[in-house]
Amino acid sequence: FILQEASPKVFPFRNSMPSPHSRDFASPQDIRNTVGNIPMEWYREFPHVGYDLDGKRIYKPLRNKDELDLFLEKMENPEYCVGIPNGNVGRKASGLEFPLGMWKGDPIGLKFPPGTSGWGQGSAFPVFSQPSVDFFSHEVRIHPVTNRPADKRSFIPSLVEKEKVSEMVHAIKMGWIQPRKPKEKIPEFYDLWAREDPSSVLGRHKMHVPAPKIPLPGHAESYNPPPEFLLSPQEREAWEQQDPSERRLNFIPRKFPNLRSVPAYSRFIHERFERCLDLYLCPRQRKMRVNVDPEDLIPKLPKPRDLQPFPTTQALIYRGHSSLVRTLSVSPSGQWLVSGSDDSSLRFWEVISGRCLRTIPVGSAVRSVAWNPNPSISLVAAAVDEEVLLVNPGLGDKLLVAATDQLLDSWEAPEEERIQPVRWIPANPEERGKGIRLRVQHGKPVSQVTWHPKGDYWSSVVRNPGGRQVLIHQSSRRRSQDPFRKNPGSIQCVRFHPLRPFFLVASQRSVRVYNLLRQELAKKLRSNCQWISSMAVHPGGDNVICGSYDSKLVWFDLDLSTEPYRVLRHHRRALRSVAFHSRYPLFASGSDDGSVIVCHGMVYNDLLQNALLVPLKVLKGHAPTLDLGVLDVAFHPRQPWLFSAGADGTVRLYT
Amino acid sequence: PCPRRLCILKGIYPHEPKHKKKVNKGSTAPRTFYLLKDIKFLLHEPIVNKFREYKVFVRKLRKAYGKSEWGTVERLKDNKPTYKLDHIVKERYPTFIDALRDLDDALSMCFLFSTFPRTGKCHVQTIQLCRRLAVEFQNYIIASRSLRKVFLSIKGIYYQAEVLGQPITWITPYAFAHDHPTDVDYRVMATFTEFYTTLLGFVNFRLYHSLNLLYPPKIDSQAEDELKPVEGKEYAMDSESYLERLSALSASLARVVAPTHEEEVEMDEFPVEGETAEQMDAKKKEQEALEKHKKLFEGLRFFLNREVPREPLAFVIRSFGGQVSWDKSLCIGATYDATDPSITHHIIDRPRVDKQVVGRYYLQPQWVFDSVNAKLCLPVADYFPGVLLPPHLSPFVTEKEGDYVPPEKLKLLALQRGENPEEESEEEEEEEEEEEEGDNDKEEEEEEDESEKEEEMKLQKMEEQKTQSTQSKKVLPVKVTPGKVQLEDKQRLEQEQQSEEKRLAIMMMKKREKYLYKKIMFGKKRKIREANKLAEKRKAHDAALKEQKKKNKKARQA
Repeated sequence: FILQEASPKVFPFRNSMPSPHSRDFASPQDIRNTVGNIPMEWYREFPHVGYDLDGKRIYKPLRNKDELDLFLEKMENPEYCVGIPNGNVGRKASGLEFPLGMWKGDPIGLKFPPGTSGWGQGSAFPVFSQPSVDFFSHEVRIHPVTNRPADKRSFIPSLVEKEKVSEMVHAIKMGWIQPRKPKEKIPEFYDLWAREDPSSVLGRHKMHVPAPKIPLPGHAESYNPPPEFLLSPQEREAWEQQDPSERRLNFIPRKFPNLRSVPAYSRFIHERFERCLDLYLCPRQRKMRVNVDPEDLIPKLPKPRDLQPFPTTQALIYRGHSSLVRTLSVSPSGQWLVSGSDDSSLRFWEVISGRCLRTIPVGSAVRSVAWNPNPSISLVAAAVDEEVLLVNPGLGDKLLVAATDQLLDSWEAPEEERIQPVRWIPANPEERGKGIRLRVQHGKPVSQVTWHPKGDYWSSVVRNPGGRQVLIHQSSRRRSQDPFRKNPGSIQCVRFHPLRPFFLVASQRSVRVYNLLRQELAKKLRSNCQWISSMAVHPGGDNVICGSYDSKLVWFDLDLSTEPYRVLRHHRRALRSVAFHSRYPLFASGSDDGSVIVCHGMVYNDLLQNALLVPLKVLKGHAPTLDLGVLDVAFHPRQPWLFSAGADGTVRLYT
Repeated sequence: PCPRRLCILKGIYPHEPKHKKKVNKGSTAPRTFYLLKDIKFLLHEPIVNKFREYKVFVRKLRKAYGKSEWGTVERLKDNKPTYKLDHIVKERYPTFIDALRDLDDALSMCFLFSTFPRTGKCHVQTIQLCRRLAVEFQNYIIASRSLRKVFLSIKGIYYQAEVLGQPITWITPYAFAHDHPTDVDYRVMATFTEFYTTLLGFVNFRLYHSLNLLYPPKIDSQAEDELKPVEGKEYAMDSESYLERLSALSASLARVVAPTHEEEVEMDEFPVEGETAEQMDAKKKEQEALEKHKKLFEGLRFFLNREVPREPLAFVIRSFGGQVSWDKSLCIGATYDATDPSITHHIIDRPRVDKQVVGRYYLQPQWVFDSVNAKLCLPVADYFPGVLLPPHLSPFVTEKEGDYVPPEKLKLLALQRGENPEEESEEEEEEEEEEEEGDNDKEEEEEEDESEKEEEMKLQKMEEQKTQSTQSKKVLPVKVTPGKVQLEDKQRLEQEQQSEEKRLAIMMMKKREKYLYKKIMFGKKRKIREANKLAEKRKAHDAALKEQKKKNKKARQA
């Protein structure tokens, strides 16, 4: 058995161990003098002998080392013995700097430094340090290191190993263990769109909503913007107080004198991050941008100039009332005008001159007046508090006045007294002198009176929620009756149909049309407003307009539907009254915002053609007082003139 | 697997339902809704399995580490599951044009990530890849000369290029260290970047091949010789220096087929139907202008001083055909020295120049950017070092009628039309100043006169009142004054009538249309208001400036 052969098997770790020689290469002792081949006596005067690889001085060793120093050095330095003085460096070099042949002669690899002479020769102290013997070198020794005979197990194959190997062989056979695949070298990038086939465009892509691009920067974002884009101190303050989501610019414009003074933008990463969040968290929706010319949205209407005549300018102001004028009415001849006011008087005016011809004090605020539409009767009904006064104004034709008086006086009390809902009381002489002929006491405040076109019947509305609200009276026979058995809700306004025996009743939300002959409900019009304030019937009889407190004007076509044909929201505030002209295709509405709007309302005989509504003129003049503007409007019976009664105590005429 | 990552990679976004109440069980609380088919689509994605594998891998690795089984660790690391996003890119962008259209965000993100430090925040490989791709893209832009607009904003530098007819805009930050915010989720950004780098890589590949350039890019051998360091030693490790040399942007790229010089292909013209001769002419002119714009800096030699931002300037100058160099110690890739007599423009950002060399312009960097945006080499006088610079305007704004146009823009437009308004305006200014001085004197005189007159009037009135008061005791307080003749302005009347007609017609509009109309009109009015405000501010500023000038002048005279 030769150790040399066995050594690789017995010490298999020998090669993998870091050899002491290889460590020596990296050791700091590896000092070379870089001065080159020059006479070293040139350095005699200097403390150093040259320069190392780093360019640092290599100092001469201390000359006079005493024994103690030498001993300490020996004890501390394990490689002391292997060192060989290098004359060039002036220090001991480690053994490897010399060719290996130098070591050959020395069988144990021992070398004594020249400063020491062998085993502590000539020194005061004996040298105890044992030089290390490198047993495990490449040298082939003739003797084994240990004398122990080899184990038996080192001669017979290992069972455990065999088992393991057979397991692995089996696994390889079964394909459980496969050789490692060589890494494929595929290029990272290649021509991805080499074959663009149109079939790869799926439905997904058509439905895909691409993310909108980031808006491009404007002048304000420049590092050197024009001065007008910088924020003034006020704007800056406003910017700072705004919520970040409301700001139109997400930065404060700044100006720098040159490029080198521009700093980094501190929110750059934030903005990229927000963009990322937008890209994957924001819901996307395709929104069609309305790209319309606003002028196209305006409906094409006939020009008002082509629809003349209509009232355009304020012509006269009838002054005299000291409080708000609630109501007015025009005589059928168009010559006179009567107005009732909260200063508890009725005033009669001449239309042309604007002069007040008569004033009748009535003792309480006048809620409503109505001139008898029959030209052969000169009679005015006025609702004053709880009674209705029938007044003969005594204006105009004397014969007419006398005939009217005669008509009223010709009444004879019937033989059997009927139970009437109201009391008809003839006026006393004093009142008669003022013009009052009859007083009809209702017992509850009367809010409206209106005449039948024939001039004999009239109707009154009583503020009596829950009870009797509408009464129809016949003045020639002094009879009154309640047409309704049931209570139809709170009633705002009533009108007689101009041609047929219909009676229109406006409750809060709807308008009911009753047939008086058959005594039944003919139609119910739904207005879609909150609270109807007034109503007017077209002289043709097929159209009705309603004004409401929620500033709407509703046009009904009775032939068309029970729903409104058109809703006009022209006024800014509540409508107080509406009126039709009896001859011209005009209607007007007065509102709390102090304006009167005149509209063209053409009704065609052709049933297929709907009515044409065109606003013509906004008439202003009444000053709003007490939050009230225009309280009543009425047209002149023949001329295209308009009267309006306002809360400022005036009546105005527009021509 | 993480749905967030999947949504980002696959480009799935929430949808706004048409009936919010219907899908939200009757409540209107804000919630995000995804389409069901989108979520199903996500589940079919093969990458989901890869993610799962990766999760398992991480778990195994952790366990192996915990047990200190280094062999297992090594084996696991060797078999680390990887995934590719190629098919997702192809699926999201079935055609190349689609990919180009969506490149804005990808570029901005890559340019941002390439400036990140190599520590923390994200993987070094990602940063290196971003840097590589960004440099490659820049080199493509230079080679194809497709840069159109540049804008120095306070946020960063915006570039706009036109690649295959698609405008692509991106923003790069100024070259400073980032103050990394704490309220930003870098994982989200990293996921986006992962996708964007894949996309950009494929786009770069295709773009390079469309120009017959090698990909990965190689520096032209001719240019490479020039760039070789003189000492003959390697400057740094070879692979790194190559990217660095590429990123220096000073050398042209190698082509697959050697370029044949001086061979401009004459484009045949095909008249499009329904196009008049005028339109054709306009198109031709536009084309010519574009060609001229591309060769804006051709023949000019720039030198960048060391304080100017090198990369953007080199990029812009090279994209318009100029030659550029810088100090050798500043960056690799310098081609000529500061002392080179052939330099025509020296870009400098210092208040003063120490040693001026005759035969070159010393200019501030803004000149380069303004010239590019103006599509012509601007007069250099405004851009000398230490001079107060003219405002830098955004090239992305095209003013429509009714918008506010800054006076500098007007001047620029005039320059582009070939007029030279500067001299005139200066003369005018001087004249105006003189005139104003004269005016001021006159005004003062007039003021004095007026005040005298006023006093006289007052006296007269007092007298009249006195006489009236004496008379009124005797006479009734009724006065008849002659009526004044009111002249009717016919035009104005007509205007009023028209406006009234319009108002009446607006009253007749339907509710919905009226709402729309009012909204449109509100927007228009706001625009006008803003324009007026800007104009007013400018006027006030100019007036203040003039005042200051005058004061200085007076002070100098005194």
